Amino acid sequence: MHELGVVFHVIESVEDVAKENHIDEIQAVTLQLGEVSTVIPDYLVNCWNWAVKRTEVLKTAVLKIETIPAVTYCEDCGNEYPTVQYGKRCPKCGGEHTYLQQGNEFVIKEIEAVEPDEPDSE
Amino acid sequence: MAIKVIEINKSVYADSIKLADETRQRLKEQGTCLLNLMASPGAGKTTLLLKTIENLSSYCIGVMEADIEASVDAEKLQAAGVQSIQVHTGGECAMNASMTKQALDEFDTSGLDLVFLENVGNLVCPAEEDVGAHKKVALLSVPEGDDKPLKYPLMFQVVDAVVITKTDARAFFNFDDEAVCERIHQLNPSAEIFFVSAKTGEGLESWCDWVRRNLFV
Repeated sequence: MHELGVVFHVIESVEDVAKENHIDEIQAVTLQLGEVSTVIPDYLVNCWNWAVKRTEVLKTAVLKIETIPAVTYCEDCGNEYPTVQYGKRCPKCGGEHTYLQQGNEFVIKEIEAVEPDEPDSE
Repeated sequence: MAIKVIEINKSVYADSIKLADETRQRLKEQGTCLLNLMASPGAGKTTLLLKTIENLSSYCIGVMEADIEASVDAEKLQAAGVQSIQVHTGGECAMNASMTKQALDEFDTSGLDLVFLENVGNLVCPAEEDVGAHKKVALLSVPEGDDKPLKYPLMFQVVDAVVITKTDARAFFNFDDEAVCERIHQLNPSAEIFFVSAKTGEGLESWCDWVRRNLFV
């Protein structure tokens, strides 16, 4: 439900980068999204496609999403296991002293920008 | 046409976390505590606030009402003489750090000991946002049922206290006090839990004591 808000935020951040680098057109933006980041990729893409049309530099920019798997660590036995499959209880020892090691990330990784034409040096 | 890849590697939440920390720091310096009150629609947030403010009458308290639309809550508070401001989130399902900062700038908080943010009625999205509050509180009303911590775990994980409201309605619902405490503490062992009825006044004292203990004055 908050996907549109984060899309606006990503657009603002990327627009700042574009300005700093004197870029007029961005072709793609890559995000890294943890499996349990509570952001739903399909919704994000829908919001993205709607929102970028209202911008200048990102009008045709494609959103690429890389998924970071969620991994939980068990303090009782040192096991690392997939969070989505097993949740909070360690499947090896049954321990509940576990914490999420990775998987709630939401990172703007990189952008692909069209390089501005070099002014003719002749 | 050459394509250049620019690496950014920046968390989408980085700006928002920084902004929330700045708000927290700034308010603390001026002696104002910001309390983020979250619950589903109809859990009794405004009613609890009115009673709480009445009970803490020796302090200067303001309320920021966040809703998608309408100003009924702020009007209710203003009618009771409470300094309040209505924030419209324009469709957003929760307040975030930048909306909160904007609202605080609009609302003159200097001289206030306490500001309640009555968040948008929702047990999901508000839990995901750090608005810059010093304490977070979730309300759960008896009619909603004691199973809500199981269904909306994040909300009960991130708060400092939970207020079970409408306890005067216990007779009509199968609400298990012990079970709800167990479920909350399983998610959040240090959460303080209060059972309150704004109607009868049950538990209001201990809840207000907790609020008082968290003020900077």
